[in-house]
Amino acid sequence: MIIQTENPALEIHDLTVSYDRKPVLWGIDLSVPYGSICGIIGPNGAGKSTLIKSVMGLIPLSSGYIKIFNQELDEIRLKVSYVPQRESVDWDFPASVLDIVMMGRYGKVGLFRNIRKADKEAAMNALEQVGMEKFYRRQISQLSGGQQQRVFLARALTQQADIYFMDEPFAGVDAATEKAIIQILRRLAGEGKTIVVVHHDLQSVSTYFNWIIMLNLRLVASGPTEKVFTQQLLEEAYGGKLTLLSEVGELMKKEQVPTRE
Amino acid sequence: MNAILIILTGSLVAISCSLLGSYLILRKMAMVSDAISHAVLPGIVIAFMMAGGRDSLALLLGAGILGILTTFLIEFFHQKGKLQTDASIGVTFTWLFALGVILVSYYAGNAHIDQDCVLYGEIAYVPLDVIILDSGQSLGPKALIVMSVVLVLILLFIKVSYKELFITTFDPSFANAVGISATFWHYALMSLVSLTTVASFESVGAILVVALLITPPATAYLITERLKKMLIISSAFGVSSAVFGYLLAYTIDGSIAGAMATVAGIQFAIVFVIMKKVNKARTRSAVLSLESEPTS
Repeated sequence: MIIQTENPALEIHDLTVSYDRKPVLWGIDLSVPYGSICGIIGPNGAGKSTLIKSVMGLIPLSSGYIKIFNQELDEIRLKVSYVPQRESVDWDFPASVLDIVMMGRYGKVGLFRNIRKADKEAAMNALEQVGMEKFYRRQISQLSGGQQQRVFLARALTQQADIYFMDEPFAGVDAATEKAIIQILRRLAGEGKTIVVVHHDLQSVSTYFNWIIMLNLRLVASGPTEKVFTQQLLEEAYGGKLTLLSEVGELMKKEQVPTRE
Repeated sequence: MNAILIILTGSLVAISCSLLGSYLILRKMAMVSDAISHAVLPGIVIAFMMAGGRDSLALLLGAGILGILTTFLIEFFHQKGKLQTDASIGVTFTWLFALGVILVSYYAGNAHIDQDCVLYGEIAYVPLDVIILDSGQSLGPKALIVMSVVLVLILLFIKVSYKELFITTFDPSFANAVGISATFWHYALMSLVSLTTVASFESVGAILVVALLITPPATAYLITERLKKMLIISSAFGVSSAVFGYLLAYTIDGSIAGAMATVAGIQFAIVFVIMKKVNKARTRSAVLSLESEPTS
């Protein structure tokens, strides 16, 4: 069940992505409305992170296009914020919490320019929002998993974007952090910002998200939570289909059949 | 006077290497510098042949091009061939180095270039090779002047693009997402590493330049928690390797470059042992303070 929306914040049309000739996302066609908190769900290896990375232009697309606010990513990069998976960086890096959060300003500051006082203030303000202002001088290797995630969220907040893409922000964090994060997401959505989150905990889906993208290599469902978060669609996403589709993927890789044409 | 010139040149090499090496080890690319330092050999020989002599600029250019080609090939085999980075490094530089060895041996008969001079360098000869103007005035040792220029370039590069280097080193995908190309800065950094490696050749040689690129930054990494401090501390360790290395070589009448690298290694060992003790004590006091606090 794929429900399209008029005048969407995020529009993905006919997207196919492959790694090493093996398709990991096939023919994704969806739209997400303004101001929604959208959850991307699906089993492991369903292509959830791949979808976000392709939206952020980090992976080449095999086919299709992605539009954010009806524009190409390059035209509105400063309006788009990204929170990568926590494990994707080395937390032993010699840097302070403030150093990391300030990176959210780098895109706005521009090439060869120095950080200004206003950038520092924006970073401190974001740290306050996630309740980490006291830790601003702390070495990042001394943070817990939940604190690391808050720092990443603060870095995204300093971008002061209109749309946020977050890769598993709730993975491996404590209950207090999870609550703090969802409160911030709700406040952002209340201000009309759009939020797209990769999520794996099915129990909290219906309370956290008002829009769902259900993936399993292909798009199983996309629409308002109350309409698409159903037993039948979940079975379709998490059920026997997974094995079949990945087998076909393996076959295509072996025989090197082009995905399209 | 000669001693001062040698120590000064050694220090300039050490600071240049320490600064760039700090970024290399944080990018987990320390061994790429090893690859570059070997793979530039064919570039040096070809430039030597084409320029018909030891024209420094031609050598720098030839080696620089090979250095960038090396980093490009390593990335290429890793990304397109799905080869592990270490295997990719191994394949690339041994092959290019072997090519250089063949070229050197082939031309050895009629050229003032041999394995020894490229691989081991000889910093003791630095004061002998001076640049003399047409007017007959001496500008000073060539290696010293070349290294000064290289160091100024590196300092400018880090000063001007500090935040770009910082973000692409820590989190390349976030850098790309905010519009700072991780690939561009990767190659910019690697070009400078190639340049520095080649410029350091004549003084410390291809093998020991790796010691100076990696050991002082690795030592600084053990101590500090901030990138800026790491850059400063590793430079300090680099300089002290040069100074004490010279003194060691003078005392035992041995290879100066070898002694400098040895001192760098000894510094690392000492810092490693001290930091282990310090961290142990820190953990113990942290545990004690936790125990003394009332449990909530």
